[in-house]
Amino acid sequence: MSYATSLYLTGAEIGLSLTGLVLLLVAAWGGTKSARLLTMVSVAALIGAAIFSIGLFDRATSEVAGRAFGDLYRADAFGSFAKILIYLASAAVLVVTPRFFAQSGSYRAEYPVLLLFNAVGMGMMVSATDLMTLYIGLEMSSLSSYVLASFLKQDGRSSEAGLKYFVLGALASGIILYGVSLVYGFTGSTNYEGIRAAFETNFSTGALFGVVFVLAGLAFKVSAVPFHMWTPDVYEGAPTPVTAFFASAPKVAAMGMLLRMAMDPFAGEVDSWRQIVIFSALASIVVGALGAIGQQNLKRLLAYSSINNVGFILIGLAAATQAGVAASLTYVAIYVAMTVGSFTALLMLRAPDGTNLETFADISGLSTKRPALAWSLLAVMFSLAGIPPLFGFWGKFVVFQAAVQANLVALAAIGIAASVIGAFYYLKFIKVMFFDEPTREIETTSPLSHWAVLAICVAIISPLGYLLTIPLGEWTAQAAASFVAAM
Amino acid sequence: MIGIEHYIVVSAILFVLGVLGIFLNRKNIIVILMAIELILLSVNIQLVAFSAFLGDLVGQVFAMFVLTVAAGEAAVGLAILVIYFRGRGTIAVDDVDRLKG
Repeated sequence: MSYATSLYLTGAEIGLSLTGLVLLLVAAWGGTKSARLLTMVSVAALIGAAIFSIGLFDRATSEVAGRAFGDLYRADAFGSFAKILIYLASAAVLVVTPRFFAQSGSYRAEYPVLLLFNAVGMGMMVSATDLMTLYIGLEMSSLSSYVLASFLKQDGRSSEAGLKYFVLGALASGIILYGVSLVYGFTGSTNYEGIRAAFETNFSTGALFGVVFVLAGLAFKVSAVPFHMWTPDVYEGAPTPVTAFFASAPKVAAMGMLLRMAMDPFAGEVDSWRQIVIFSALASIVVGALGAIGQQNLKRLLAYSSINNVGFILIGLAAATQAGVAASLTYVAIYVAMTVGSFTALLMLRAPDGTNLETFADISGLSTKRPALAWSLLAVMFSLAGIPPLFGFWGKFVVFQAAVQANLVALAAIGIAASVIGAFYYLKFIKVMFFDEPTREIETTSPLSHWAVLAICVAIISPLGYLLTIPLGEWTAQAAASFVAAM
Repeated sequence: MIGIEHYIVVSAILFVLGVLGIFLNRKNIIVILMAIELILLSVNIQLVAFSAFLGDLVGQVFAMFVLTVAAGEAAVGLAILVIYFRGRGTIAVDDVDRLKG
């Protein structure tokens, strides 16, 4: 394997890091004035990286073709699929960001650069096939996330969110790392293939502890119950565009990392982790649904909604089959469109003086003042609830189908029952928007960039999305086949 | 004779102390940063011990990466702490309670 091939395979990350470094110099030289320019260049770089990843999608992965740097990193269909989602979600968030900060005059040139480095880390997370690359990617993404969460320096809530995220995120990294060191010690390898081979010959108690620690830490990163407690606080406190980012791209990356980890090195030990994943999936669905009911703050509500959605994604992992992984990926893809759409709509809700609105009281009677926005939110909420004509239903359908095929009928039945509880607060959203009296003045226009992002998301989750079912099914199946053998 | 078990035990004790340091400490956020550092160092002891025991260099390379990341993590943590202190005027753990619900 030549060095040039390795560099080509990691091209998306290398391109993004070089762009980030150059932009950092431009930011240091041009200051806040250059923020707009940097944002545009970063969006272009992210879209470029996504297009580059499409080119790597078809790499044969069972052979040596997709492996870079002595199998520290693999460019395969799975990694490419996750990376396309990550880069596009980051680009979409970046498009709707500047206006939010412009109101308080706090948009700075560091923001797009931090987001780019975060994207580099996330790309490494989903492509890592060695515990060392995994750790570096994870930390690269986490460290920039902590800074992004506390980006509104003058706002006490933002810095508190950053602080909480930092302490709990660092703890989770520590737990993952402790597990990683145990796995390394008891298998003698940090490479996924080496670990898998070592587990097949001998699976000791020490290694079991390692697996449990790693999975617990990863559950934290995807905010699955019982490691979800940071999510509502951080989502509420962080600036809204940052929350939109946290709920979309890093979720894909952490989920991709968890799927690859569980189904590649730990694949031989499905029986020892399946119970944990099933518990975590059901608990996430129930806690996410119940926790959201009393919330008045919409960002907090969407945080519980994301916990709820992670539960459905984990059901696909609990199936532990190729179809299950493909179903999880399908769900993740649809989830990203729904999340970016809901937060973009939230960013378009502003008082006439430009302050952002984020509580239920603020959206009452929205349909009379901003009918288009209210109808878009209605589509997003119905889709999140999984109501059939919308595409969100398809995600839930494939996940439950995979669970039933893997003989987890009880899990699927409880999951479906619990998703009905979740429908309650999505419907409350719609009731407040359409049937309550307007109480607040709301800004009546939004810029074209926000409408464009919202329109794309709504188009994907609308019934039109069903045109995507066949290609999406093929892509996710091919991605899952990267490391899971068909049954 | 000191064997690999002793290192694992020491590292497990340090790890638990670090985790307890985060959860039991009710006074000061800087103590939490120290506890996080303790967790990372316990992992380092374990990695280097395993590396020596297995006769495999990867563990020591990994420990180097962990040290580097720990430095970056401490820098980011302290920076966030400084912003927080400027806004709030306190770094007591019990006062970090504006976000609730």
